[in-house]
Amino acid sequence: MAFLWKRLLGTIPSLLGVIVVTFLLSHALPGDPAAYFAGPAANAASIAEVRTKLGLDQPLPVQFLRYVGDLAHGDLGNSLTTGQAVTTDLLQRLPASLELTFYALVFAVALAIPMGVWAATKPDSLVDHLCRASVSVAAAFPTFFVGLLLVYIFYFLLDIAPEPVGRLNEILYTAPPHVTGAYTLDALIAGDFATFRACLAQLVLPAISLGLFALAPIARITRASMLQALGSDFTRTARAGGLPRGKILITYAFRNALLPVSNVLGMVFSFLLGSNVLIEQVYGWQGIGAYAVTAVLASDYAAVQGFVLMMAVLYVLLNLLVDLLGTVIDPRVRFEA
Amino acid sequence: MSRAATLGRNIGHAFGENRLTLVAVAILLVLLVCAAFGTALAPYDPLMTDSTAKMSPPSGLHLFGTDALGRDILSRVVVAARLDLGMAISAVVLSFVLGLALGAVAGYFGGWADRIIGRLMDTIMAFPLFVLAMGIVAALGNSVLNIILATMIINLPFYCRFARGEVNVRREMGYVEAARMGGNRALPVLVNHIIPNILPAMMVQASLNMGWAILNAAGLSFIGLGVRPPTPEWGIMVSEGASFIISGEWWTFVFPGAALVLAVFCFNLLGDGLRDLLDPRRRV
Repeated sequence: MAFLWKRLLGTIPSLLGVIVVTFLLSHALPGDPAAYFAGPAANAASIAEVRTKLGLDQPLPVQFLRYVGDLAHGDLGNSLTTGQAVTTDLLQRLPASLELTFYALVFAVALAIPMGVWAATKPDSLVDHLCRASVSVAAAFPTFFVGLLLVYIFYFLLDIAPEPVGRLNEILYTAPPHVTGAYTLDALIAGDFATFRACLAQLVLPAISLGLFALAPIARITRASMLQALGSDFTRTARAGGLPRGKILITYAFRNALLPVSNVLGMVFSFLLGSNVLIEQVYGWQGIGAYAVTAVLASDYAAVQGFVLMMAVLYVLLNLLVDLLGTVIDPRVRFEA
Repeated sequence: MSRAATLGRNIGHAFGENRLTLVAVAILLVLLVCAAFGTALAPYDPLMTDSTAKMSPPSGLHLFGTDALGRDILSRVVVAARLDLGMAISAVVLSFVLGLALGAVAGYFGGWADRIIGRLMDTIMAFPLFVLAMGIVAALGNSVLNIILATMIINLPFYCRFARGEVNVRREMGYVEAARMGGNRALPVLVNHIIPNILPAMMVQASLNMGWAILNAAGLSFIGLGVRPPTPEWGIMVSEGASFIISGEWWTFVFPGAALVLAVFCFNLLGDGLRDLLDPRRRV
């Protein structure tokens, strides 16, 4: 428990740093922030109005306190393009992005870990080389390019994937009643299996394109840490004691190899959350990434800052989760911290 | 054995062990030639539209086909090399220099400098990096220069942390102690004695990092930041071609995308090869 509290307190400096940076990005910029917030169509009078409304005529420390106060109320300002509160917009679209990221992560982990383990049990074999080669090739492909290639191959040429029109083809299906916001989950809750299958079909290509990029680091670290665990004394002892191969591989080696794997997950999340933006753009996915792109191009300032802040907070929380996972996998971490 | 002979043997070893490095060097040369002499090499003017040859598939006349405005895609891909490599290289060089300087100060002096610089880098790393880059470009303004700046900032922590670690280890080493005893002040010790020793390892970092910088800059221009049409640039060309996938005009996005893959692949291989060459212990 003491460890848990310590780790929770440890996220405070990160969160504080994130808030200061997003504040600086929006308030202490070259040029006139009021003009940014008022939007491209504003005139001198409306800019002045925005300036007093947002408190931009106050000194920076006062502005910062005000910004933190607004955040505490969940107020990220209003979006120029949608006319709604940015918080409402983001929360509405967040489940779509989380759902996509989740499936991408499941795809990457489900493929990368067996690949890494397999390659480690047969080092320098054909399997090992193939695994390493395919992983470094995958790492060279820009996510958005992979996304487009998959659409071309599986939708246009082979015609086995649905049209990339976002989360659900709304002409053929209606969205499931809103419970969690994740369509696949909501469809299951509603017991609507046809819609569930349709949502899943829409998810396959974007999740694979997103997950491919996360594949390389996970597979590489799995292979390396499995090699180390398999070469260690305790594995040798287990082998000498005549334990079955499967037990040595899973209970002895894999459990010990898992900690480095969970450590690399932090970096993987950074990739996934960032690339989300690109994949949502390619597949017309109505998530927060696509929302942010529209906002950036329309100079919708509050919306962009809200997005950056939300992503950063999400990332800090995910890292916290990964760390807690680490203590479940390896109790030693608790004492070292 | 003379130094030159040892170096020669090492290079021979690195290339012999890993033919792929040789391939990477060849690709790099092609890319650099395109970047340097792109406009002279390109068969057509990359901006010239031709209404009689819109969307023509690859042929003898247009090896990579033409786009919706009848512009020659091969010419555009070749000319774009300068901008794409230019953005990535300038970003990497900037973060290399700044990261080295900050990391060296943090690692050598420790104390408050170390704590402040460390906290700064932690804050950058607290963001999903591509998202931070988007935020920076959105805040500073939509231009190529700001893409370079954003890419520089998100790469900074990797160089800074690396340099800090390496400097910190060497601070108390015998030769550094000797240099200090000889009456050198902190700056000459750092510049003349410590930094030359960590440069090779930093170069490997930079080469491995290059591919990522290319992906990042191209990703930003893919979503419409920085580079504006009709400027030829791989990321924006892929995004322009994307709308024609549904109708099957694959050449509009495949060739610029392939150029990106080739460039990233080349730098990743080069980084691996360079690491083998400079740090034989890490050969795996």
